Amino acid sequence: MKNDMVLRVIGKLLIPFILLFALYVQFHGDYGPGGGFQAGAIVAAAMVFYAMIYGLSTARRVLPDALVESMIAAGVLLYLAVGFAGLHFGGNFLDYFVLDADPVAGQHRGIFWIELGVAITVCGVLVKIFYLFAQRGQDQE
Amino acid sequence: MNFAEHLPALQIVVPLVSAPLAVLLRDRLAAFVLVLAATWTAFAISILLWLQVGESGLISYAIGSWPPPWGIEYRVDALSSLMLMLVAGIASVVLPYSRASIEREIRQDKHYLFYALFALCLSGLLGITITGDAFNLFVFLEISSLSSYALIALGKDRRSLVAAFQYLIMGTIGATFIVIGIGLLYIKTGTLNLADLSIRLQAMTSHRPVLAALAFLTVGISLKLALFPLHQWLPNAYAYAPSAVSAFLAATATKVSVYALLRFYFSVFGETAIFQRLPMEDLMLVLALAGMFVASTVAIFQDNLKRLFAYSSVAQISYVVLGISFDSVTGLTATIVHLVNHAVTKGGLFLLLGAVIAGMGGVTLARVHGVGRVMPVTSFGIVLCGLSLIGVPGTAGFVSKWYLILAALEKGQWWLVFLIVLSSLLAVAYVWRFVEVAYFHAPRADLAGVREAPLALALPAWILVAATIWFGVDTSVTVGSAATAAAQLLGVSR
Repeated sequence: MKNDMVLRVIGKLLIPFILLFALYVQFHGDYGPGGGFQAGAIVAAAMVFYAMIYGLSTARRVLPDALVESMIAAGVLLYLAVGFAGLHFGGNFLDYFVLDADPVAGQHRGIFWIELGVAITVCGVLVKIFYLFAQRGQDQE
Repeated sequence: MNFAEHLPALQIVVPLVSAPLAVLLRDRLAAFVLVLAATWTAFAISILLWLQVGESGLISYAIGSWPPPWGIEYRVDALSSLMLMLVAGIASVVLPYSRASIEREIRQDKHYLFYALFALCLSGLLGITITGDAFNLFVFLEISSLSSYALIALGKDRRSLVAAFQYLIMGTIGATFIVIGIGLLYIKTGTLNLADLSIRLQAMTSHRPVLAALAFLTVGISLKLALFPLHQWLPNAYAYAPSAVSAFLAATATKVSVYALLRFYFSVFGETAIFQRLPMEDLMLVLALAGMFVASTVAIFQDNLKRLFAYSSVAQISYVVLGISFDSVTGLTATIVHLVNHAVTKGGLFLLLGAVIAGMGGVTLARVHGVGRVMPVTSFGIVLCGLSLIGVPGTAGFVSKWYLILAALEKGQWWLVFLIVLSSLLAVAYVWRFVEVAYFHAPRADLAGVREAPLALALPAWILVAATIWFGVDTSVTVGSAATAAAQLLGVSR
């Protein structure tokens, strides 16, 4: 669909807003509906949209396979790192209370990083699944 | 930070951390070393936990410092510490084996992913065992199941894809049933903590939603543990998976599901609710007997050794369920002892079959003609494990059958003793199928030059074979821990 002017222009207009909305969902997860999973899915949706308009090979240059795979692992690692931070500051595993002098602020800080980890992994997994499916069609042609 | 205090969390987290790190490393040797270190550490932690439980009786760990029943609790008692040791121990033996084994079976650029999946599967299985929270149990069940579907699909034979898909469908139905059951319990009680659930359920065990939850959980977990007639996924999954995966899953996955069943039956619903107000005793007895005879008979007619011993697994699981159906301390002791003994025996057996595949290129009966002459040591090991499946004195299998028979006698059911011995004769028949082709036929001309398996494959297999013999002679660890665990399980409800 690279040659379709309307789609290209609309895509260019929309994708930044989709990403911005993902960030809103990510950071608003603390106070209302939303969170890392949803935000990760929205970022992945933006990526899928991009790949549909500009082609899979262009998308893979923007977000290479190796990076996608690393994202899947890095998100989980970030999650676990928060868990270990709890241990490091003298609490139990995944203890957010000890992450700040004020336990409530500690909870905020803990969930912030946890949700970021979730978002990274979810986005990575969804993009990976999309790449695998999209690539399968190309192999057959 | 005091390590001894955090052992329950580290038990899960150490193998879990190694999985994403292995993916990031993208190098098969580095990933292997890392996952191996994590697995052995997990085994060491499980031994420490087992010793701690022996002293203090029960360890409770509050994840995130949210006290139970609000937060997720990790809870280690006699049964879970034994299972943790079993799962981590089997993984510690299988992983070194897998390095030499997957060399022949999986493309080299996927090896690091194999190790990551193995670490995930291990942490899932350990998690089911250690958690004291119903929903957390479901999550860990999914972690272990999803990784095992992928592990099975890595098999060299293209039929492994179909086998993995079949297991995926059946496993997902099972998992859905389990989560529906947990959901119903949560609606009724407002809690997910297993210990808290058992207290709150006491007053409402005959309420219909609770009974529905029990039914969903029973069917869901029975699918996962391959209780006859819900075992259809198992033979293909074990037969076409890579050798190391067959061995690991045969030795741990169904066993951990049995653990989940025991947890829900005895620690949550309580023995009175299940066995005195409902006809579960007869139901499980009938299914177990049917499984013992049908699966053993089907095993006799298989022409692929991996499938043959997979059907034997279904039959052996039936003995485990038979032990549960007695609803007595001796019966549960038999169940738990057989969990351990069968895990060790089948683990060893599948590792040896993997060695045969490495040498002979397959394990169909037609191909392994004369394997007793070209690979005498490996074949001897298979025969030893086979003797344990039959229940010959001096092997681990004898100890489990002995306790099963004791439990049957305690109930005064002489006819059951007869049936247990009769079903062992069927085991003689399927083990004989191997002995016949291995020792009484000449090897195929093109396979006559095959040599004994390399040490990297033989050594881990023989560790498990040695354990099979050891647990048949010295029963202090297995029967001792199992008896404590059985008493604890029944003590909760009395």
